[in-house]
Amino acid sequence: MSWTDIGALTDIPLRGARIVKTPAGCIAVFRTDEAEVFATSNKCAHKGGPLAEGIVHGKQVTCPLHNWVYSLETGEAQGADEGSIATYPVKIEDGRLLLDTDAVAARNAA
Amino acid sequence: MQKLVVIGAGMASGRVLEHLFDTAPEAFDVTLFNAEPRGNYNRIMLSPVLSGEKTFEEIVTHDDAWYADNKVTTRFGEKVTKIDRDRKVVVGENGEVAYDKLIIGTGSAPFIIPMPGHDLPGVVAYRDLEDTNAMIDASAKPGGKAVVIGGGLLGLEAAAGLRLRGMDVTVLHIMGHLMERQLDEAAGYLLKQDLEKRGINVMLKAQTKCIEGDGKVERVLLEDGTVLEADIVCMAVGIRPAATLGQDAGLEMGRAIKVDAQMRTSDPDILAVGECVEFDGNLFGLVAPLYDQAKVLAKTLLGEDDAFKMRELSTKLKVTGCDLFSAGDFAEGDAREDIVFRDPKRGVYKRLVIEDDKLVGAVMYGDTADSNWFFGLIKDGSDISEMRDTIIFGPAFQGGGAAAADPLAAVAALPADAEICGCNGVCKGTIVTAIEGAATTLDDVKAITKASASCGTCTGLVEQVLAVTLGDSFEAKAEKPICKCTDLTHEDVRRLIKSQELKSQPAVWQQLAWKTPNGCHVCRPAINYYLLADWPLDYQDDLQSRFVNERNHANIQKDGTYSVMPRMWGGMTDPDELIAIAQAAKKFDAVVKVTGGQRIDLLGIKKEDLPAIWSDLNDAGMVSGHAYTKGLRTVKTCVGSDWCRFGTQDSTGLGIKLEKRLWGSWTPHKVKLGVSGCPRNCAEATCKDVGVICVDSGYQIGVAGAAGMDVKETERLIDVATEEEAIEWTVAFVQLYRENAKYLDRAYKWVAKVGLDWVKETLDDPATRAALIERFDISQSVYQHDPWAEHVENRKAQYAPLADLTTEAAE
Repeated sequence: MSWTDIGALTDIPLRGARIVKTPAGCIAVFRTDEAEVFATSNKCAHKGGPLAEGIVHGKQVTCPLHNWVYSLETGEAQGADEGSIATYPVKIEDGRLLLDTDAVAARNAA
Repeated sequence: MQKLVVIGAGMASGRVLEHLFDTAPEAFDVTLFNAEPRGNYNRIMLSPVLSGEKTFEEIVTHDDAWYADNKVTTRFGEKVTKIDRDRKVVVGENGEVAYDKLIIGTGSAPFIIPMPGHDLPGVVAYRDLEDTNAMIDASAKPGGKAVVIGGGLLGLEAAAGLRLRGMDVTVLHIMGHLMERQLDEAAGYLLKQDLEKRGINVMLKAQTKCIEGDGKVERVLLEDGTVLEADIVCMAVGIRPAATLGQDAGLEMGRAIKVDAQMRTSDPDILAVGECVEFDGNLFGLVAPLYDQAKVLAKTLLGEDDAFKMRELSTKLKVTGCDLFSAGDFAEGDAREDIVFRDPKRGVYKRLVIEDDKLVGAVMYGDTADSNWFFGLIKDGSDISEMRDTIIFGPAFQGGGAAAADPLAAVAALPADAEICGCNGVCKGTIVTAIEGAATTLDDVKAITKASASCGTCTGLVEQVLAVTLGDSFEAKAEKPICKCTDLTHEDVRRLIKSQELKSQPAVWQQLAWKTPNGCHVCRPAINYYLLADWPLDYQDDLQSRFVNERNHANIQKDGTYSVMPRMWGGMTDPDELIAIAQAAKKFDAVVKVTGGQRIDLLGIKKEDLPAIWSDLNDAGMVSGHAYTKGLRTVKTCVGSDWCRFGTQDSTGLGIKLEKRLWGSWTPHKVKLGVSGCPRNCAEATCKDVGVICVDSGYQIGVAGAAGMDVKETERLIDVATEEEAIEWTVAFVQLYRENAKYLDRAYKWVAKVGLDWVKETLDDPATRAALIERFDISQSVYQHDPWAEHVENRKAQYAPLADLTTEAAE
């Protein structure tokens, strides 16, 4: 694991998201609750919609293009839609957001 | 014409006649005998009649007019005493009728346990309208007591009905749990609990000894010495085929009249259908196979090939509030595995029985939403090994882990041959074909396919098929909840936000008992709109509850870039603006498009460039065109009296004034205006949400036009003489729409719901108009500002990535 500081928790609005550019493409970092964050691929499995722009509800996000809903915990599409997005370890330490860049790199290599 | 005699006007023979008259109305001259003094009614629905939820008239399938239309000679209330096969005549109490073909549909008779006292007045079965009426009459006595013997499907429906009629009800059941043929012990336990909660007393392993009374029923005695007072005793312990006529006529018999797969008895001119037949060793009691038989029998009569096949049956109990479902075989066995799900708090129990990687049985209690899907797996014998881990959670979880499934998606995913209506054997494909034909309502579908026309438990499913097939144009009778987060409708929530003074989203979620922690993408934007529209000074607009376009103040495109469109007041611009737009387009590499709303669209802008391009456009004096909002979009104008030789008024000027007054306001859906300087209508004002046509005498204000999914001409709201009045009426109309419409209803949809007359009446009062305008202006004091400038100033960072790790890539 290689935890990389990507910014402050408060840089992300509550029930919002920001993106992090990586060699593996854009990663969306979601803030679902005061102190709860998830990181996933920013790209919807359906038509590549930018998930960071979706409405965040519960521990899910709805893609802004065609309303696919993903679990941010598992990356699985919900309901009748079939597909999934990559999820990455992210944690909060002293108000800072740390992303596991090894996981991102591993995904990129694979 | 051949002479067809039918004995018994029940559901099965009734269905045979329907098929015959549908396909070959002139083929037979029909005489119909019925021992009951009436024609065919939906016997399954006697339970709602007993409980008072329906009237008898509502469950009549064939009325006098139907028999007359189809020229059926009816002999109701007349018993058939004999069939004379040698002379081919049926002997009724009032005389003989000759037949070429004969259908026996005598059904079944309730089984009455021959215990002492079984023949006392007040002991009834639960079979026909007479029994039902006897129970209804008994329930009229205040504090009346009823004993139901038999804890099967019929007995429990009788008990529930009598309880709803206010009687003190005890169910006596000889077995260790209720409905033992359909339920396992756990589900039986939950059912007993639910019934007891409804005030029905259930006694299991109860051996009835005798019924006592002086001239009529007074009490029931059990073997263990218990004495139960009773004003009425309903014996619902089972049915026996009523096949005596066939036996007497010398037809080949088993436990009932034996038929082949074409529904012929041993005499080729005599056919039989329904509960009085035995096929391949099986007797019948549920309606679904009877309807299959009816179809086959009609075909046999018409010389067409078809064969009756046994199929899996499922059971649902028609007691309001007790949701149970069972299908297949759920006895335990060595080769069998169970998957069980329990939620004691919600009273939910589900059990699946699996054998050789196939689902062979299912019992569900408390939550039967997925029962059709499970039933389909049982019938098809599908291999379920792939989804074994999550199968108990239902179809929504297959191919993804869903927290809360969309029932419509589940219905959409059903294959065309999935059975929707078990009673009538109607599959999804048949319903979809009917809808694609012309059916648009539940009643249409019912009439054409018979789906949901019998027991009615599949009504919800049929509605879902309608919704899936018709899309937005389907409107169920009752208003639907906003989304799965709540049971409330848009109208409910709007009303409650005002009456309970709910001024924040958490207040709405908490006070109105939202089922999800913080809503979903459907309800959040709606609630956000209602709150800001009703409490402009108290509520703070929540960007995270807005669709991406309204959060980022630009239109997202399919590749994730945005389009940027500055406002051009009334469609007017000037060289300086055009130069600024051209420079911005070059600088940010935009594609340039002239829109139908008389403005210029810059496409292909990256998100991180948005603040910069906005800043450039702001510097040239331009503001957001709100081309992305549920709010005021454009006011399209023609050049009017300024330039046009036909122009009657300054349409451009009025358009600019209206746009300057209305811009920045949020509305339930987008709002587009048009102002044309003369009736030639170059600004196409007659298909706008509000469209003004200038005439010599003043201004004709039309509202509720549309030129999108629907095309609709505006309807005249009023004619006014002055520009001030035109603005006053327009603003008042927009505010009325803001305060009353459902989120995502365009003005024309809202007006169609409330009626133009109501809108006119409301706005006709000058004081009301003034109050609306005042409230509109209060809202504008908060919301009429350029979001581009504000975001450039305060939210610029949000448009950039949180971090860029591409340069420090971990190798």
